[in-house]
Formats: sequence, C-alpha cells, structure tokens
Amino acid sequence: MSPSKFLGIPANFSSHGGQVDHMIDVVHWFMIALFVGWTVFFFYCIIRFWHKNNPKASYDGVRSHLSSHLEIGVIIVEAVLLLGFAFPLWAARVDNWKEVQNLNPNRVRVVGWQFGWTYHYPGSDNKFGRTNPDLISGTNDLGIDYTDPNALDDFTSPILKLPVDQAAVLNIGTKDVIHNYCIVPMRIQQDAIPGRQIPMWFTPIKTLETHVVCAQLCGEGHANMVGSMEVVPKDQYDTWFKSQTESALKTNSPKPPAVAMINP
Amino acid sequence: MSSHSTSITEHNDHDDSHHDDHHHELGFIQKWIFSTDHKIIGLQYGITALSFLAFGFYLMMVMRWSIAYPHQPLPEWMSWVFTDGWKARWLQDGKVTGETYNMFGAMHGTIMVFLGIVPLGFGAFGNYVTPLQIGAPDMAFPRLNMASYWIYLLGGLVMCSSFFFEAGAAKSGWTNYSPLAGFADGQVVNQWLAGQTQWLVGLVLLITSSLLGSVNFITTIINLRVRGMTWMRMPFFVWSMLVTGFLLLLAFPPLEAAGIMQLMDRVAHSSFFMPSGLFTKSEGLADLSGGGSPLLFQHLFWFLGHPEVYVLLLPAFACVSEIIPANTRKPLWGYKSMVYSVLVLGFLSFVVWAHHMYMTGMGAAVSTFFQTTTVLISVPSVVIITSMLISLWGGSIRFTPPMIWACAFIPMFGIGGLTGLPLAFNLADLHLHDTYYVIGHFHYVVAPGILFGFFAGILHWYPKITGRFMSKTLNHLHFWPTLICMNLIFFPMLVQGMAGFHRRWYNGGDAYLSKAADSVNVFGNTVAQHIDLNILMSSGAWLMAFFQIFFIINLFTSWKFGKKVTSDNPWDATTLEWATPTPPGHGNFTKEPITYRGPYEYSRPDCDADFLPQWTEPKRSHTLDTAVVSQEAASSKA
Repeated sequence: MSPSKFLGIPANFSSHGGQVDHMIDVVHWFMIALFVGWTVFFFYCIIRFWHKNNPKASYDGVRSHLSSHLEIGVIIVEAVLLLGFAFPLWAARVDNWKEVQNLNPNRVRVVGWQFGWTYHYPGSDNKFGRTNPDLISGTNDLGIDYTDPNALDDFTSPILKLPVDQAAVLNIGTKDVIHNYCIVPMRIQQDAIPGRQIPMWFTPIKTLETHVVCAQLCGEGHANMVGSMEVVPKDQYDTWFKSQTESALKTNSPKPPAVAMINP
Repeated sequence: MSSHSTSITEHNDHDDSHHDDHHHELGFIQKWIFSTDHKIIGLQYGITALSFLAFGFYLMMVMRWSIAYPHQPLPEWMSWVFTDGWKARWLQDGKVTGETYNMFGAMHGTIMVFLGIVPLGFGAFGNYVTPLQIGAPDMAFPRLNMASYWIYLLGGLVMCSSFFFEAGAAKSGWTNYSPLAGFADGQVVNQWLAGQTQWLVGLVLLITSSLLGSVNFITTIINLRVRGMTWMRMPFFVWSMLVTGFLLLLAFPPLEAAGIMQLMDRVAHSSFFMPSGLFTKSEGLADLSGGGSPLLFQHLFWFLGHPEVYVLLLPAFACVSEIIPANTRKPLWGYKSMVYSVLVLGFLSFVVWAHHMYMTGMGAAVSTFFQTTTVLISVPSVVIITSMLISLWGGSIRFTPPMIWACAFIPMFGIGGLTGLPLAFNLADLHLHDTYYVIGHFHYVVAPGILFGFFAGILHWYPKITGRFMSKTLNHLHFWPTLICMNLIFFPMLVQGMAGFHRRWYNGGDAYLSKAADSVNVFGNTVAQHIDLNILMSSGAWLMAFFQIFFIINLFTSWKFGKKVTSDNPWDATTLEWATPTPPGHGNFTKEPITYRGPYEYSRPDCDADFLPQWTEPKRSHTLDTAVVSQEAASSKA
C-alpha cells in the first residue's frame, strides 16, 4: 500500500492527479526511510549508551563519515525530486498554455464571493462577455455587460459542470476577498486573488459528483462555502450546454418588439 | 592586548568577591519589576510568555470543541470564563459561531507565535542564558532590554484587550491577509476601537520590542564575550541566539512596514493592499481608492513569516544542544558543522518565503527558484538534527528530567521537519496546500518539537535560577502523557490532511459531509470517512491540558520546596553559566571568568573527571589544552 493511500488520500479523477499522488508517495517513502533510520539509531543509542550500560563516555563518539554520506544521499534524492518531478510537472501546469490551447479546452470563469461560487460559461461563441463590477445587481451577480455582443449567449450556473475526457481551463477570480478553488479529487487548486483572473487547467478522466472546497479563509462563512461540481458524459454535457446557451440568448438579446415600437 | 595571556593566572588568584561592592541594594520594584538585570528580564519574559501560551491553549480548546461537536453548545467547563454578555454576543444557542471561531483562531496563532514562543525562546532563554554563557555581566544595553520587555507586554495587552471590544478581536487569520483583514470590522465607526485595528497596533509594538531585543543580543554577543571566548568556543546556544538576533533584525521590519500600511488602509483610507472594483454583499461596491495589491501584503508578511519559523526553532535547537552534551557526558558531535549549518540556515531562511504562496498563481520560473531554496534549507536542518542524534552515540546517557524532553524533541521534531518535505514541492502542494497536513506539519515542529525543547530548557536551568531542582515525579506525570497526547492531536491531522480536510473550518468539515449512506459525492464521502478523527484529536487536546497542571505545580512549588542543589554546577556541565553563584547576583560572576577551551569538553581521555569546564585553568597534564593556551596567547581577545 502506498503511503498516500495509507493516510487516506481519496481516489484521483484527473489526468495529472496520478503524477501528484506519485510524487507524494515517492517523497513519503523517502521520509519514511529517513525516519525509520533515525528512529532505529535513536533507540539503539538510548539503550546501548544508557549510563548503566556504558559508564564511560567516548570523547570522540562516531568517527566514521557515514553522516556525510547520508547528507550527500539526501541532497541527491532531493535533486532528483526537483529535477525529475517538481520542475517539469509544475511547468506542465502553468507554462504550456499553447499546448493546452490545442486540446480545445472548455473554458469557465469561476467567481468566488462570500460565501459561494458562481460559474460563468462563455456560451456557444466560446467568448466571454465583458464584466464590470459597477453592473453587479440582484439579477446580474457577476456584472456581465450585455451591451457586449459576446455576452449575449453567456450564462451562469451555480454548479460547475464539465464533460469527461476533455481538458478544462478554469479562470479563477473573486468579487470580494481571497478565496481558493480546490477540487480535491482532481488534485488541483488555485487562489482567487481580487483584481486578477488566474487560469488553472486539468482533464477529468472519470465522471463524478463532488464538493469543491474553499481553501482560503474568507470570513465567518468560510467553512460553509461548499462548491458543487459534476463531471458528466460528453453528450449529456452538450445537451445541457446547448439548452443553457439558448435560454441565455433568449433572455439577453435586445428585444425586437422594442425596435418595432420606435419605427411603426 | 598582549598582556592578557599573562594576566590570566594573576586574575584567577583573586578569590574575593569584590564584585559585589559595585552594587547597592535595590528596592523590590527596581529589583523585580522595573529591572535592568538580564536575568530578571528573562524571568519576566518567561512567566509572561508561559501565561500567554496557556491563554492561547485555552482558545484552541474552545476551537477544538467547535470542530469536534459543531452542533452542541460549548460545555460549562470551558464557557464559565465568558460573561453573560459575552455569551450572548459570541455564542449562538451556546454554540461557537464561524465568526467566534475565526476570532479565536486568529488570536490563537498570533498569541502562540508572537506572544508565546518567540518571547519564551528568545526573550526568556536568550536573555537569561546568553550573557552568562559568554561571561558578560549583563546585556550591552540593559535599559533597552527593559524597554523591550515592557513594549512586548504592552503589545500583548493591546492585542488581547481587543477581546472586550464590541466587534471583538482580530478575526482574519494570524496571517491577516488583505482584503479580508481590510474589510473586517469595517462597520466600527471609531476604527481605533476595532480588534482588527488593535491587532496591527499590537503587532507594530511587538516588532518594535523584538527589534530592540535583537540589537541588544547582537551587540552583546559580539562585544561582551569574556577573555578567551573566541567565536568557535561559543556554545551552540549562543550561536543560535546570534543568528536568531539577525533574523529578528532583518526579517521583522518588513512586516512592521506592512502593518503600518494596513493600518493606514484602515484608518486613513489608503489602498496599499486593496484593489479596485471589490464588491461585497454587505457594502456593495467598496468605496476605495483602489489600485493596491493583496499579493504585496502576502509577500511582506511571509518575508517575516518564514524567518519567523527559525526564530521559533533556533532557541529550541539551542536548548537541546546544551542539554545533550551535559547528559551524554560527551562533546556535541559536529559542533563546527552545526555552527556553519545554523549560519546557512539563517541566510537561506530569507529566500524561501514564497513557498507559502505557491497557490497564488506562481509561474514556472519563480516557483523553480523557491522550490530549490526550500529544498536546500532542509540540508542544514538535516545536518543539525543528525549531529544531535549522532551526539548520543558513545555517550554515557543520564536520563535526567531535561534529558528526556531533549530526547523526545529529536524524533518529534523529526516528524515535523520531514512532513515539511512534500510541502516544499509545488506539485504536491496542489493536493496538500492549506490542508490539515500543513497544520500537522507545523504543529509537530512547534508543539512537540520546540515546546519540548523549551520544557527541557526550563528543567535544565531551573536549578541555576532557583537553587532547587524541579520534581522528577511531577515531571514524569507531565512528560509521558504530554508525549502521547501530542501525537494523538497531531498525527491524525496528517491523515485528515491527506484526505483533503482543509484548515479553518469551524465545524470541522460538517458542511462537506455526505449524510446519505448512498451518496456518490466523492469528497463528501471522504469527509464522512475521516470526520470522527476530530473527536479523537479534540479529546487529546483537552486531556493534554489536564496534564499541564503537573508542570504548573512543579514550576511554582519547586521554587520553595524542590530538592536543593549542592553545588553551583549541579549537572557537572562545562559552559560558563555554571561558574556563577546560585542564583547569580546582579553582575553575574563573582570574578571575571576566563575561557580556556571549547564549550563541550566532556570525558576527555586526559582528565580524571568526566567534564572539564570552560573556566577551569589548564594544568600541565592537560596536553590538549597546552596547544589551546598557546593559540590563545596568539589570538587573545578582550
């Protein structure tokens, strides 16, 4: 059993999550090896060199260079962890947007607020409409600017819905304070920093239904800021997406009857 | 200068106590309250810090109730401290609310770090022991030292008094990130009466206090070392304090600046850390000049925050590395490499801060830098902990009360240090960032690590301070249950963290729980599997509180009733603090000591006794010393 499984890591549902788990396991094996080594040495010492077992202490103690070898060993393992795992895999998360573009990802804006999440989908044109905090109102809680033609088919959702086996880019933002959008089964999270839109991407590999955690203290309701997420089969997603887009177009398009009244 | 080597013997021949003539008797207030004596100030720091630690512990006990039993009212045995007005304001049907939890959480962190551990390690141990170990009569600036303590006390009282404000104390985490901290308590008309403002005022005072302290320590260690106390004869304790002093001097001012900037955001409506276009439910579009950066605050905070970790840790290293040689009866193994490691550690601690910010949207280049430095800093830490461990080999170990704490420190700190490793990697943090794994990690470092080191230190120097030993029986009643409870509290945190439980949930994950048995909610089911650990951890915490009573009893009763010491050097130790009378008077030494050798000369093959103190004049038979003495003649220093 791997250390992460032993400690209770939940199942992984994303394409890169296996790498995260693998790295956590490798580091934990290394930690366990060091800890067991130290502990065995420690208990041996406190028994063997208890003053009743060893009345006269040695002035020199250990004379070998074993500890230097240990140090070098630690440095080598850490170098491997950095160069072999940490650097390249992190670069794949944040430094390869051109390749992610080629995966034809679904894009969703995720907007945090005290205390919930709203998801802004770009609609069938795949372009987000402009937003402006001045326009935020009871019916338009993200302040979407409907004078922007790109906004007409935009729709919002209280739940994050994504198709399986297709890359997703979530632009994480916030209306008020710092939040953090954390999908534990997807092994991904990103702070929502006021004034910024920060992308994070992943590919769900299995369908699921899960809670999403707000992972940064955001006020008295922080513990109850539960997000919802569903990964569904592609056809189911397409049907939902189409119906949402259509109803958004219906509500948001400039009303033709109004034009008719001005020019009778 | 050249006369020193010849005057050593002459000087030692004076066996009188002419030193006392320099001092007249001081009144009670001057002696115990407004004292400029580093030992009294050290004790003041110690008692104050322990009181704050107890208060911080109490806050945590209330929080742990809320985590374990979010649907049950706070029981009487914890809520009796609250007045009725307080209960009405901060409890809802007797239950802890999210707001109250956040307030307690923010203050728990702040109190433990800034009012508890730093003053105990640096203020108390540093103040009491450092001048004694370098043979100085006092700190370089005794009045500055007194000012440092009183400003610290004022800062602490200012912070804690905010509990009595209408809006309560600070409630935005001990990290106090803007804009949350900027908005919090915004409804209070007079901002000077808001806890969130007073937190900043208190912080500025506390940093001012530690700046005064650090300047004093650095000057003292550089200038007031007694004759013969060359750099490499300084006990490791003194090296640790020197590095800690530099960390305080260089790392704390950025947060003082940040604190003042955030204070201006609150009281003068500036926007250093507040961006434009913020929209909150309660206030609508925030009325701000805007244009500030929330990330700037995080950078300034963690530029302090990470060196801060070593400000907490190094004094504990310092205590343990004095106790191990004295109780293994052999020199500290690898003293030189430990000294170099602590210097490297101090330096590196300034360039790792952004690993607290991996999830803020960090690109590949910046994260490569911070991951590398973070991993590098583990190397000197491993050198130090390994050296302590290897020091046990070949010893003749006496399990005195301080030694059992020092021994437990090693594996406990080991867990704390090792669990930091996965957190050093950005990729692993995608899962572990801000989970209970992080909480488990740093609490293993601070609670069973650093605090164990401090308990060891208290037991070790107590006979010097009071002339009496602390009780062995009471210590056993304190030590073993505390060791077990610590692990009951913090090991399950690593498990919950791995499962994805995040910190700062006042209901311990109740909101995420899938209640239906056939739920398919992945995270909901994970929470359901692990949520009962909350009860185990909380029970461990309350149980541990009970066993601290034995320590408190021991600390105060031994002062009067403990077993008396029979010599000034009850542990047969080698460093200079044991050359003083017990307890040391104002001015410390009855005659100025001279240092002839390194700090840990135990069980030398050329000696009959198993220890050779730094101040013992060399005899001809000490062949190893003749080299040292001639070396000193060449490079003697005042």
